[in-house]
Amino acid sequence: MASYFLKRLLGLAPTLLIVAVLVFLFVHMLPGDPARLAAGPDADPQTVALVRKDLGLDKPMPEQFVSFFGRMLQGDFGTSLRSKRAVSTEIAERFMPTLWLTVTSMVWSVIFGMAIGISSAVFRNLWPDRLGMTLAVSGISFPAFALGMLLMEIFSVQLGWLPTVGADSWRHYILPSITLGAGVAAVMARFTRASFVEVIQEDFVRTARAKGLDERLVIFKHCLRNALIPVVTMMGLQFGFLLGGSIVVETVFNWPGLGRLLVDAVTMRDYPVIQTLVLLFSLEFILINLVVDLLYGYINPTIRYR
Amino acid sequence: MNAPSTNQSIAAGDAGAGAPVAGGGRVRTPWTEFWRKFRKQHVALVALAFVLLLVAVAILAPWIAPYDAENFFDYDRINQGPSWAHWMGVDPLGRDIFSRILSGARLSLAAGFFSVALGGLVGAGLGLLAGYYGGWWDRIVMRISDVLFAFPGILLALGVVAILGSSMVNVVVAVSVFSVPAFARLVRGNTLVLKQMTYVEAVRSIGASDWTIVMRHILPGSISAIVVYFTMRLGTSIITAASLSFLGMGAQPPTPEWGAMLNEARADMVNAPHVALFPSLAIFFTVLAFNLLGDGMRDALDPKIDRT
Repeated sequence: MASYFLKRLLGLAPTLLIVAVLVFLFVHMLPGDPARLAAGPDADPQTVALVRKDLGLDKPMPEQFVSFFGRMLQGDFGTSLRSKRAVSTEIAERFMPTLWLTVTSMVWSVIFGMAIGISSAVFRNLWPDRLGMTLAVSGISFPAFALGMLLMEIFSVQLGWLPTVGADSWRHYILPSITLGAGVAAVMARFTRASFVEVIQEDFVRTARAKGLDERLVIFKHCLRNALIPVVTMMGLQFGFLLGGSIVVETVFNWPGLGRLLVDAVTMRDYPVIQTLVLLFSLEFILINLVVDLLYGYINPTIRYR
Repeated sequence: MNAPSTNQSIAAGDAGAGAPVAGGGRVRTPWTEFWRKFRKQHVALVALAFVLLLVAVAILAPWIAPYDAENFFDYDRINQGPSWAHWMGVDPLGRDIFSRILSGARLSLAAGFFSVALGGLVGAGLGLLAGYYGGWWDRIVMRISDVLFAFPGILLALGVVAILGSSMVNVVVAVSVFSVPAFARLVRGNTLVLKQMTYVEAVRSIGASDWTIVMRHILPGSISAIVVYFTMRLGTSIITAASLSFLGMGAQPPTPEWGAMLNEARADMVNAPHVALFPSLAIFFTVLAFNLLGDGMRDALDPKIDRT
């Protein structure tokens, strides 16, 4: 297990290198001259040329990449064109609000989604199933930004119970995490139900019931563990969805996080921020997939790591 | 015909290409079989009716909209709620929201349809090649689609828009990118099964070229699965396209795109919440209809589910 983990961790290096190359090429595909962007709109040609030399943009591409990669390894991600501050500082400030938002959304949506999914599967074709699945299909159909605006209108503007924008207290987290998690909860519910319905029909469940086991024990011990494997896979995939969803939700709630930073950076063509954020999102994403792979072994001991 | 997975029994029936044999007076083709199971699902039928209505609205919008969506301004009724003159009220600039919603249907449906069609075309092509030829080509295609499949779609779309610039056409391209891997996987899986079938072997033994085998005998076997997936994908794509417009990276004002309308409505939520309400509902019901229709079609094609 430990050696497998190490192997996978080492395997991340080439993947990250490929991502870095892609991000580097991506930034070079962006329209507009980065030197002109860095120098500002009023700069004369001499200044632009000077800035180009300063940023090393006059050198050949491979050389630029090596220096870009070298600086990155030392933790130097450049300076934001917009705020003129180090990209690492910009990101560090906004990392935690996004992380907490993602984690709270994930936690409630997984618990809630699985509960709906299990009750739908157990009471298949009865009213809890119909209600649960109606909620779930509505959840995947309601766009996050519309849900966020609706919740804000009801609970912040009309009722005045919760704050509208910002991330200062735990009460600020309620509406954004509901908004962000709703889609995930819906997907989890549908997926858990599908997985559970298959497991319930298995022979070992019939055996468990036949030997007079308590139905609760059958459901939560025998079925749950076996139904969980595809559900965990889905959970990993949904984390990616949350990373993406945070971009929209953070815009709605004016959340001081990475998603909004990315939207602002794309709008302003702030390319050092864009490239660092894309790298960061990719890294998070790769790590989450690694964690999911490791979780398999914990849930299903018959999976052997090589 | 003993097909191993969900969609293939009908799919393979299609590909079998022989005339369906009449049994007991009524002809049972895969189509009638599909329709027999589909029409028992009342929710999916309602969804289908709604989708047809939407398509009609999208086509006829310029003629049935009571006012001009972009250039009619009723300055006396700014921010007014729903009334007989303006069914969904008036927005902060004095435009009729109902007319804008109707015109927006055209944009949203077109964005959804073309992005999924583009993604489906590229994805199905890659999936056919990967499944049929296998080998290193298969490994590369599947590796890339594994990564793309799980990567947050909106992030990818944002990247594409960052390169190409903000416009509705670029949104379609951006959204299509993340439909590609899903179709590639689906078609590859079906191709792997179908190319082992006896009828494909028979076609090959009479000397058909790879192109004929793939296009005439393997692709038709995946069509039903592709159509179902296409429908299910439409909802997601419409949401993503609207999200990009909401972020200001797709359709630009004054275009009556639903996501862009919501973005404009954000400025005056306190005085005019109805300006945000109707575009939200429009997106919700449209996406819901496509999702329910997709679910219904999937169940109707699933041989394990019968007489629901």
